[in-house]
Amino acid sequence: MIDLGDVRTIVWKELKELLLQRGTTRRGVLASIIVPLVMLGIFIPLQEGARWVQSPMTPLVWIVVPVFLVATMICDSFAGERDRRTLETLLASRLSDQSILFGKIAAYVMYGWGLTLLGLTLGLITVNVTAWHGELLLFPLRSIAFTLAMSLLGAGFAGTGGVLISLRAATARQAQQTMSWVFMGLMFAGGIIGSKLPATWKVAAAQYLAGGTLVKLALTALLIVAAIDVVLALAAMARFQRSKLILD
Amino acid sequence: MQEIVIRTEGLTRDFKTVRAVDGLAIEVRAGTVFGFLGPNGSGKTTTIRMLLGLLEPTAGRAEVLGFDTRTAAGEIRQRCGALLEHPGLYERLSAEDNLEFYARIWRLSAAERRARIRELLEHLGLWERRKEMVGKWSRGMRQKLAVARALLHRPALIFLDEPTAGLDPVAAAALREQLDMLARSEGVTVFLTTHNLSEAEKLCGQVAVIRAGKLLAIGRPEELRSQARGQKAEIVGQEFSPNVLAAVRALPQVISAAVEGNRLVLQLQGGATVAPLVNAIITAGGQVEEVRKASLEDVFLNLVEEER
Repeated sequence: MIDLGDVRTIVWKELKELLLQRGTTRRGVLASIIVPLVMLGIFIPLQEGARWVQSPMTPLVWIVVPVFLVATMICDSFAGERDRRTLETLLASRLSDQSILFGKIAAYVMYGWGLTLLGLTLGLITVNVTAWHGELLLFPLRSIAFTLAMSLLGAGFAGTGGVLISLRAATARQAQQTMSWVFMGLMFAGGIIGSKLPATWKVAAAQYLAGGTLVKLALTALLIVAAIDVVLALAAMARFQRSKLILD
Repeated sequence: MQEIVIRTEGLTRDFKTVRAVDGLAIEVRAGTVFGFLGPNGSGKTTTIRMLLGLLEPTAGRAEVLGFDTRTAAGEIRQRCGALLEHPGLYERLSAEDNLEFYARIWRLSAAERRARIRELLEHLGLWERRKEMVGKWSRGMRQKLAVARALLHRPALIFLDEPTAGLDPVAAAALREQLDMLARSEGVTVFLTTHNLSEAEKLCGQVAVIRAGKLLAIGRPEELRSQARGQKAEIVGQEFSPNVLAAVRALPQVISAAVEGNRLVLQLQGGATVAPLVNAIITAGGQVEEVRKASLEDVFLNLVEEER
C-alpha cells in the first residue's frame, strides 16, 4: 500500500542525496539546478527574445530536457543503493514496497518537472525584462498547458522506465549503459517501425494527423505517454520483490 | 515463563543446488541476548534474512514476535531493528541525516526525533561530529552509527550481524554493556551473530551453533560447555609429579591427562566438575595456581570439527 508520509520520507532522502552527490549542497545545487536553469531558462530566451513565448522550441526543450535529466539520474535509484550496500537495510525497514518504489520515482519526477516549472518561469521573466514592448509577454494557454502536462508525463516515463532498469541492474554504471541503449533503441525503433508498417495503416495515420486539430493530436500524444507510464509503473511494481533485490 | 519471540521449525533455504539453511529449529525467549554462532558461509545471514521476511524459506516455517515470516513480514519489520552484514549508511549524508531518515521511516515525531538522535549520538560519543558526511568516517564510527540506527525506534527485537566488527575494544565493551542493559532492563531481545566467541560468552544468555546450515548445538553457554564431549581443562601449577598424574588419571571423570610444562592438560567426561580434580592434585602433593575450563571457543571448535 502507498503511504504518502512514507513516500515523502523517501523523496526527502533522495533529493538530499541528489543535491549532495558532488560533496556539498552548494556544488550539488549549482550542477543539478543552477546550470540547467541558466542555460535553458536565461541564455536561450535571451537569444530568442520575444519569439521565445511563441516558439515551438520552448515546449520541445522543456519536454525533452527533464526526460534526459531524470533518465540519467534515476539509474542510481536502486542500482546505486545496491552498489553502496544500503539497499538491504532499507528493505529491512517497515516501508512497504510501493512506498519505496513510488517515493524514488516521485523524487526524480519532482526534480525534472520542478526544473520545467522554474525554467519556464525564468524564461518568461527573462524575455519580459529584455524584450519589453509595453505589454506582458505570456505563453499561449494551450501551448503551456500541453508543455506542462507532457513534461510531467515525460519525466514520469523516464522515471518509471529508469526505475525498472535500475531494479534489474547490478550496478549504477550498468543501469546507465542499459538506459543509453534503450534511448538509442527507441530512436532507431521509431524509424524502423514506421517504415515496416503496412501501407493502409500509414494512410490511415496520415489522414488522422491531417484531419485532426492540434488539440486532438496533443491529447492523443498525452494519452499515449500516460498509458506507457502506467504500463512501466506496473512492470516496476511486478519487478519489485525484496528477495530478488537482495539476491541479485 | 518468558514469551518466545522467535520460533523456527524445519527452516530450510536452498540456493539452486546449495542448501544454505537445513531444517533449523530454534526458540528464542524474550529479553535474552541470543548468540548465533557459526563459521563463514554457515547460513547465519540467510537465517536473519528469512526471519526478517526478506527471503522466503524453501521449506519449514518461522514465527517472529508471533507473526509468520511468509504472511506477515511487514508486521515483523515494523517491530524489529536490524544491523545487517553491511552498515547500510548513506555516505553522502551526514550522521544526523542518516538517523533523521530512519527516524522518519519509524514515524517518530519531530521532537522525539531530535531528542532520540541526540541521546544516541551523545551516548556513542558522536554528537560533536553529527554534521560530517558519513563517507569520511572510520569503519568503527560507521558501525557505531549503524548500531544507533538499529536502536532508534526502541524495537522489541534487534538483529545484529557482527555488531562489534571494526569497533575498538573500548567501544566494543561499551556496546556489549548497552546490549546487556537493553536486554535486562528494557526486555529487548537481541539476536546476535558474531565470530567473537568470548563476546558471545560474556553477553549471550543462549547460543546456537550452526555449520553448513545445520544446527549443531543450542543452549546456555555453560550448558554447552558441560555437555561437550571431550571437554578440556587446564590446571596451571607446580609439582605435577608422576604421583599427581596417577592420582588424576584414577578419577572416573578423567579421560586423559598429560603434563605440558607447568600445565596439566585434561580431557574430561561431559558434565565433569573440576573441584574433585583440584582436591586430588593437592592431596597427591601438587600445587594449583589456576584452573582453566573449556571456553565456548573450545566447544565451538569441537562441534565444528566433529561435523567435518
